[in-house]
Amino acid sequence: MLYSISHRTTYAYDATVSLSMHRLHLRPRELPRQELVEFSLEIDPAPTAEVPEMDYYGNPAGFLAIEGAHRGLTVIARGKIRLKAPAWPDANATPQWETVRECCAVDVLTQDSQAGEFLFDSPHVVRSQAFTEYAAPSFPQGAPILASVLDLTSRIYRNFKFDRRATNIATPIAEVLKNRRGVCQDFAHLAICCLRSLGLPARYVSGYIETIPPPGGVRLVGADASHAWFSFWCPGSGWIDADPTNNVLVADRHITVAWGRDFSDVSPVQGVVVGGGSHSLRVGIDVAPIEETTPLPG
Amino acid sequence: MKPAARTLPAPIARGSLFSGYQPPPGVYDELKDAAGHVRPHWKIFVETMAPLGFDALRERQEAAQQLLRDHGVTYNVYADGGSDERPWKLDMLPLLIGAEEWRRLEAGLIQRTRLLDRVLADIYGPQQLVRDGLLPPAFLHANVGFIRPCHGVRPPSDQFLNLHAVDLTRAPNGEWWVLGDRTQAPSGLGYAMENRFILSRVMAEEFRASSVRRIASFFLARHGGLRAMAPWTDTPQIVLLTPGPRTETYFEHAYLARYFGHALVEGSDLTVRDRRVFIKTIEGLRPVDVIIRRVDDTYCDPLELRSNSFLGVPGLVEAARARNISISNALGSGAVEAPALLAFLPALARALLGEELHIPNVATWWFGQERERAQALAQLPRMVVKRAFTLGRGDPEFGEMLDEADIDALAARIRAHPHDFVAQERVALSTAPVWTGGKIEPRPLILRCFVGVTQDGYTVFPGGLTRVSATPVSPIVTSTHGGSSKDTWIISDAPVEELMLRDIRGFVAEQQHRTPSLPSRIVDNFFWLGRYAERLEDNTRLIRTVLARMAGEGGTLEVRELTAMVHAMVKMTKLHPSFAGAPRFSDLAAAMRELIFDKGIPDSMRGLLDSMAYLAASLRDRFSGDTWRILHQLQSDFPAPPLHFTPGGIIVSLHRLIFQLAALSGMELENMTRGHAWRFLEIGRRIERATNVMEVIRAMIASEPDGGPALAPLLEYCDSTMTYRRRYLGRPELPAVLDLLVADALNPRAVAFQISALGNYLRELPGADESLPERRAFAEIEATLHAADLSALGAESAAGRTGDLDTLLRGLAEGCRAISDALTSHYFSLVFPTAN
Repeated sequence: MLYSISHRTTYAYDATVSLSMHRLHLRPRELPRQELVEFSLEIDPAPTAEVPEMDYYGNPAGFLAIEGAHRGLTVIARGKIRLKAPAWPDANATPQWETVRECCAVDVLTQDSQAGEFLFDSPHVVRSQAFTEYAAPSFPQGAPILASVLDLTSRIYRNFKFDRRATNIATPIAEVLKNRRGVCQDFAHLAICCLRSLGLPARYVSGYIETIPPPGGVRLVGADASHAWFSFWCPGSGWIDADPTNNVLVADRHITVAWGRDFSDVSPVQGVVVGGGSHSLRVGIDVAPIEETTPLPG
Repeated sequence: MKPAARTLPAPIARGSLFSGYQPPPGVYDELKDAAGHVRPHWKIFVETMAPLGFDALRERQEAAQQLLRDHGVTYNVYADGGSDERPWKLDMLPLLIGAEEWRRLEAGLIQRTRLLDRVLADIYGPQQLVRDGLLPPAFLHANVGFIRPCHGVRPPSDQFLNLHAVDLTRAPNGEWWVLGDRTQAPSGLGYAMENRFILSRVMAEEFRASSVRRIASFFLARHGGLRAMAPWTDTPQIVLLTPGPRTETYFEHAYLARYFGHALVEGSDLTVRDRRVFIKTIEGLRPVDVIIRRVDDTYCDPLELRSNSFLGVPGLVEAARARNISISNALGSGAVEAPALLAFLPALARALLGEELHIPNVATWWFGQERERAQALAQLPRMVVKRAFTLGRGDPEFGEMLDEADIDALAARIRAHPHDFVAQERVALSTAPVWTGGKIEPRPLILRCFVGVTQDGYTVFPGGLTRVSATPVSPIVTSTHGGSSKDTWIISDAPVEELMLRDIRGFVAEQQHRTPSLPSRIVDNFFWLGRYAERLEDNTRLIRTVLARMAGEGGTLEVRELTAMVHAMVKMTKLHPSFAGAPRFSDLAAAMRELIFDKGIPDSMRGLLDSMAYLAASLRDRFSGDTWRILHQLQSDFPAPPLHFTPGGIIVSLHRLIFQLAALSGMELENMTRGHAWRFLEIGRRIERATNVMEVIRAMIASEPDGGPALAPLLEYCDSTMTYRRRYLGRPELPAVLDLLVADALNPRAVAFQISALGNYLRELPGADESLPERRAFAEIEATLHAADLSALGAESAAGRTGDLDTLLRGLAEGCRAISDALTSHYFSLVFPTAN
């Protein structure tokens, strides 16, 4: 499936900014199941410095500096991406979750212990007994890990209400757990908190999802939001992506941009400005499937 | 000097100073061996001191305390939400270390620095140590000191550690052991220097006799090492980055910066442009080559590290990534001060250096490893449990002091988060003699040693910061826990170098080709110090005019003057409008009390004093000793809010405050170099005084168009009563008062005097030309004042038409404010970065 994406971020500042610096995580990763056909960045005003980099997790990142007076910043990322549906293993054939925990805790470097990178606390993920207790019903003794995670994902989907006004990025996940409301970012963090509290590696994935227009309706431009889900380690199969907001395993409708320990590692546009007073932020995202025309032979 | 009339213990006979000294059994004592004999390297010291009695020691202690106070050596302690600046404690008896033993220590310390530097280069590079099984992967994954964005950042000199501190103690068998490392931004060097300055002075004879190795050579070698950090220039601009005056060891930051001629900067003084670091000065941006940081690494860059940090410099990591800035120690160096690393260092030394550790670690088990976890959990009662990665968070827990239930609870906490803890063998610290004020007693000690990079290798500071605990048994030895410190003397077996510590200042300054420009923040702080000092004086004078009239018998004239001043203060919004009626005496007294003591009231005297103290602390390295003493006294002499507030009781304190403020401005006038810092201080004062006088006059004529009974207190407020009487020989009339307090350019309290002084200072500022907003605003008020006929305006106002006078004064005050704003945006532009 081929998608075209456009991700526009606009800052408007109340007062003149003399210097701004940003870190970008906008260029989608290249993966076996994800091909980046085209990508471009449009930045206004023109940056004084734009340095493409790769972060610690292998995500394409960028450093952006704008010197001289400006009153706003617009960054537009455009790209074309071809997705293949991944082949996830049979849930009942995956290892018992206790085994996963042991494999990942070994003292020597293995694929499994390398996944331990995503086992500890990070700014938005603080392990606690409350998460262990919430997760417990999904993780009976000896259960295969994928079956357990699917159960956890569906419970989050059923127990929690999607509510844009309930939280912001500073809301602790412990509070989300208590109030049972939030957005995709919160649900991804919540699942990660649960898994890490059980001693299972889990990472945060930021990206886009194709939203399906209502039957007969026209796809709304700009209505699609930036999306987030999580990925857990399954020895023998690798990282498996699950989306608690939609209660699905990731197939060919999720476009991965970057992954990290949590949102703070992969925030799409994050920066520091000098001056400016208060600011307003607008984000618009379009993800549209493109009709693939098969070229005629000859 | 001799302390008289105090109960002192009976003097002890000569030669017996140390004879009553008895080390506890089972530990190593630095002075005496197990048989009670003085160790050989202490002999000369003990013999030189022998003729002294306890009285002499006490006198020297007092002399040392006086020096510490004079030098302002302090240590900020944070407890219960408040902070308090404590004087640094220095014991009269140094710790002595023999020459041969020191050579072994030096070799071991340098080996350790080389090893930790290699570990850092690996974990921030190829991570081969993890691949080879020498470090478990979880050591990096769970390590909060491992800063992921710094991976792949290579320091320009390829060295991560420029200064490394090692805490040592000595086991009962006499062997030295490493307790831990400080690899981020080690503290203590400045205190060690100050200890040496003081002890070498008060113990001059013993110091000379003992052939103590001088510490000056270390600082020369270290200066070379700092210069080598910036291979692209011969004359690097080096700055010391401090979190600011509220930090524990701020004294030391200011001390070291002043000593070595580095600019002392806060994060907001620096900016990153084009992936290079610059310092904001009043003459524009100046490039920076080396940052000696005293800010923890995660706070150094709000862009890539902690986004809520105000202590850092946005873009610093990016500048380091581009290898355009050298940072001592490199960002991320904290990863190897984790106690968990101690468990792996012996094997790492063998693998990376092909050597055994010359100085062993304290035996350490990391609970993050399964086998070690089981072992250590089984032996908790004889272990010390510490945080594995976060230094200084929570006190260590001593298994032997816990009962069974506590041990179980501790074990449960460890099992829940095993990676967060280490267990260490309990070490019996060695003891050294400490002068407790009454006698000499053994106290446990920890020695902090410092290894620095030089141009071509490493050098060890010949000395160290020895800390002793407050009680004979306390296992915790830190300055926060009330312990004391000692100078550390390395006894030389060769003739000592003649270079004295005092000598290197000139030497270093000679090498420093580029004098650091004045950071904008410093100038900004001087400007506000001037404004607050003046505002405090003006407020004190105003409140005094009221209190003086409340304190007296209350004749008719006095009551009318009091009422007029209260009305003026209502107009100035310093008092609630209800005071314009007929306030009760007790209500007025309560309001005055608030204006003096209540920090919550804008511009209360207490609040202004606090603001001044904060600014003064941030400028500490720029004041002379005498000026600093006055600033200090302003704080310490200001009374606490009295239980029973009486106007007459408090007025004495206000008199004294005014004297002290006068002493401060006298120091500014007589002792400060006429640089831009001084100029901004004076500009702050002039703007403040001019606007305050005009505000009082406007408030006064608003209720009494001819000034009425307020004129006498007004003259008093401006300290111009006598001049008025001499010149005008009569009771105060508004036209003449205005002539004296506004138009008279020769009266230092008059508006015209302030404006004329302001003009002189503005013309001397860097890059100033007449088209600048501050100069245009100035030209306007200068012309307005020149054209005004104050006597005529006064007569007009006295006749009831106050409009023209009020317009004039308001216009002048607005002009002053415009100058202040223009200066701020031109020279300070101290706009703080915010997260986007």
